Amino acid sequence: MWKKFRESYFLYSFLRDPVAVGSFLILLVLVLLALFAPLLATQNPYDGSAIDILDAEIAPRWISHGKFIFGTDVQGRDIWSTILYGARVSLLIGLGAVALQAVLGIVVGLVSGYKGGKIDSILMRITDVQLSFSSYMVAIFFGAILQTAVGVGGYADIALPFLVFVIGISEWPQYARTVRASVLAEKKKEYVEAARVIGLKPTRIMWRHILPNTLTPVLVISTVQVANAVMSEAALSFLGLGMPANQPSLGSLIKSGFTYVLSGSWWITLFPGLVLVLLVLSINLLGDWLRDFLNPKLYKD
Amino acid sequence: MFAFIIRRVAQALLVMFVISIIGFGIKYSFGDPVREMVGMSVSAADREALRDQLGLNDPIVVQWTRFVDKALHGDLGRSFFYRKPATEVIMKKAPATLELVFCSALIILLVSIPAGIYAAVHPKSFLSRCLMGISIIGVSVPVFLTAILLIYIFAVELHWLPSYGRGETVQLWGFWDSGLVTLDGLKHLILPSIALSSIMLPLFIRLIRAEMKEVLQTEYVKFARAKGLTPWRVLMVHGFKNTLLPVITVGGVQIGIMIAYTILTETVFQWQGMGFMFIEAVERSDTSLLVAYLIFVGALFVTVNTVVDIIYGLVNPMVRVSGRK
Repeated sequence: MWKKFRESYFLYSFLRDPVAVGSFLILLVLVLLALFAPLLATQNPYDGSAIDILDAEIAPRWISHGKFIFGTDVQGRDIWSTILYGARVSLLIGLGAVALQAVLGIVVGLVSGYKGGKIDSILMRITDVQLSFSSYMVAIFFGAILQTAVGVGGYADIALPFLVFVIGISEWPQYARTVRASVLAEKKKEYVEAARVIGLKPTRIMWRHILPNTLTPVLVISTVQVANAVMSEAALSFLGLGMPANQPSLGSLIKSGFTYVLSGSWWITLFPGLVLVLLVLSINLLGDWLRDFLNPKLYKD
Repeated sequence: MFAFIIRRVAQALLVMFVISIIGFGIKYSFGDPVREMVGMSVSAADREALRDQLGLNDPIVVQWTRFVDKALHGDLGRSFFYRKPATEVIMKKAPATLELVFCSALIILLVSIPAGIYAAVHPKSFLSRCLMGISIIGVSVPVFLTAILLIYIFAVELHWLPSYGRGETVQLWGFWDSGLVTLDGLKHLILPSIALSSIMLPLFIRLIRAEMKEVLQTEYVKFARAKGLTPWRVLMVHGFKNTLLPVITVGGVQIGIMIAYTILTETVFQWQGMGFMFIEAVERSDTSLLVAYLIFVGALFVTVNTVVDIIYGLVNPMVRVSGRK
């Protein structure tokens, strides 16, 4: 297995591309940092007793020679620790939202592509309309409506699942379109006809026979979708429709630091922002490489 | 063609129907007009009387019809915070957003067309590689981060430009608060419009580059060259003109994204436009204003999309046969 992978064309062309290797390494480091946040952080930003307000707004170590590498924010939290925990929350929401999108989109795409006819045209009209509205706008509106429904206080308690839901709901049409396009191509092939002839149920044909063959384009858009979901989360949090300040994501860290940029405390905003950009950029570059490598012609819409 | 237009308009009406149901749903469930009107010190019986008088005890369908009827006549309810009709508040804020969008559209056009054409003509040159690299990075930087960075560099450190607000505005034609005619207003416009255009620029540069590359391969461009026309004329008249259609279509559809980004940009710059108003309305639980914004933006958006689609259908017969791209 390992030998097969080592000699594969996939690994060969990956190692030949310095941009892909570079972005993969950056992404790996960021994911590991987020994963082991409790071990690497110098304090727990969720724990109010660990924070000393007298430490507020200290500049990074190379300027202030204090004990905080990247300085502290207004509440006296160590920026390094908040970034680790924040990246964790951002990634968690990103992955959760993409999982939800994928499930919704794959089901709609499969049914729509396989059944065809009326169901297909109705479902595709809905996806068209929602796509034309842009996922950002849908996410912002959904977030605003939900926040009005439960109030700001209530929103803070359930922000995480809400964000997964909001971003998941707003971006599923991408998957539906992609899956439908490949289902339409697969449906005509002989193995599907053979499966139908031996009398298998449509659901079984869809899930066990067609779906595995549509996974390549799904994989390609998934990378880009994770980057988009992380961005959407940051945007929502920045607008105050996302994670509250006491369980920060990268977006809410940027938001809470923004006011203090005007008074010169640039580090509160710059470092979380940098991590966010690195995260999104490395995922996007990796996605670009993957798309060029797999080159699924179906993906083009 | 007629059937295509009918179908497209029917779809637009259906979308507006759904938006009206969502808007009404929000208002019906979360907004209490009686509380907003009378406050706390009125007895339960009086409240009930008022509810009857306002028609709040009617069946839902009747209330919804009334809601739609009012909306069609330009009445989208009263803003709880501003104590004014919501339409009036939106109309007061709209010029700010439109000017911002106008200026950034101008920047996008002025930068993306030369950059896109250059990158298509010299695909291997150092500058085009830089352009493509920057455009990938540009896509990955959220608009609010660009905005904050611009504020920090040009307002906090260099003190060249103001960091927030619209500056001095002049009222034109009695209702349009314009920042375009005063020097102070223009200074305030620079940073927000750069920030807003930064997010759309990469997309347009890539699009124009791709279309232009395709057009330059065609027979008629080769023929125009062979005929001995000047390179400039071949490029602009034979090449660029034919990339315009896809660019306009994609551009027209981007308005939804633009609306979302104006919300973000306006929040950073505390720009007194519709996007900032919307976020304030959410923070203040100003349900009527929120619903009004939703319906206003929805209607604007559906109209633009439908018109773009129909124009595209007129020009490109393939679209109207299959019904979609």
